Amino acid sequence: MEAWIDIIILFFMAVTVFAIARLRNLLAVVMLGGIYSLLAASIFVVMDAVDVAFTEASVGAGISTILFIGTLALTTRIEKKPAHTPLLPLIVVCITGAVLIFGTLDAAVYGDPQSPAMQDVAPYYLENTKKHTGIPNVVTAVLASYRGYDTLGEVTVIFTAGIGVILLLGSWRRGISASTRRKEEEE
Amino acid sequence: MKEYLVLRVITKLLLPFILLFGLYVQFHGDFGPGGGFQAGVIFAAGFILYAMVYGVKAARKVLPIGILRGGIAGGLLLYALVGVANLMLGENYLNYTPLAESMKEGQHLGIFLVELGVGITVASVMMTVFFTFATWRED
Repeated sequence: MEAWIDIIILFFMAVTVFAIARLRNLLAVVMLGGIYSLLAASIFVVMDAVDVAFTEASVGAGISTILFIGTLALTTRIEKKPAHTPLLPLIVVCITGAVLIFGTLDAAVYGDPQSPAMQDVAPYYLENTKKHTGIPNVVTAVLASYRGYDTLGEVTVIFTAGIGVILLLGSWRRGISASTRRKEEEE
Repeated sequence: MKEYLVLRVITKLLLPFILLFGLYVQFHGDFGPGGGFQAGVIFAAGFILYAMVYGVKAARKVLPIGILRGGIAGGLLLYALVGVANLMLGENYLNYTPLAESMKEGQHLGIFLVELGVGITVASVMMTVFFTFATWRED
């Protein structure tokens, strides 16, 4: 049963990707991107990774779609026709895909308790989280406490992104006089 | 969007629930799925919905630009300062154990504060990015 759910969701994801590659209307592409994220979130739910699914649904399907639409409002809605033939990109994509599939042949079977990833720190976290932090959600404990440095770095990335947008497009540019801006646009 | 009466009414109805759900995800993240990242995004989505229907100006009245900018830096600062507080109390950076009497309570409090910092920064950044994109042409 679970395998069928996976197959159906993956099939829909493949269809979405083909539609994205074919379409020239960027608004439709953004919408399909949101649908793709939602399908990915469903896959994560099937895999019992609810925290990841939650992030994918809220960030991937929700806020990125909104930000993409905001970008489209600032730029244009129709993609230009590419000048070159799509043959070379197709070959590159096919080779990359083949290499990726070749790579999965050596990967551990999904959910295998004997795989290296399950043998190293995972049992330590599962055993000690309750003892150390008293928190039932191991994911939160790992993110905020055991791997606190990583999360600090991630927040710094978000912070930097926000500062970058403010510097590039922010309203402080109102102070720049109209003539300077006109000069900038000419350049 | 003055003419879309249904949208305006439904937005007003939905908004408290979206914000409440954001807070629930924020403060319940240690017991269920969720945490600062997701909560910040949901919280921001509520205000973005409001801005889309009622206009960015109306949303800016609720959340002035100063508060958002303060939030961007403040959340990250809160996270980093929790680490500094641990240093002062004689532990490693971002080891929350000395924040309270026992290890469990200290870790719990530390995770709570850190997630709050994450939520504040993420929500402020998302709202700032949207507001900036939406008002760029008018400036």
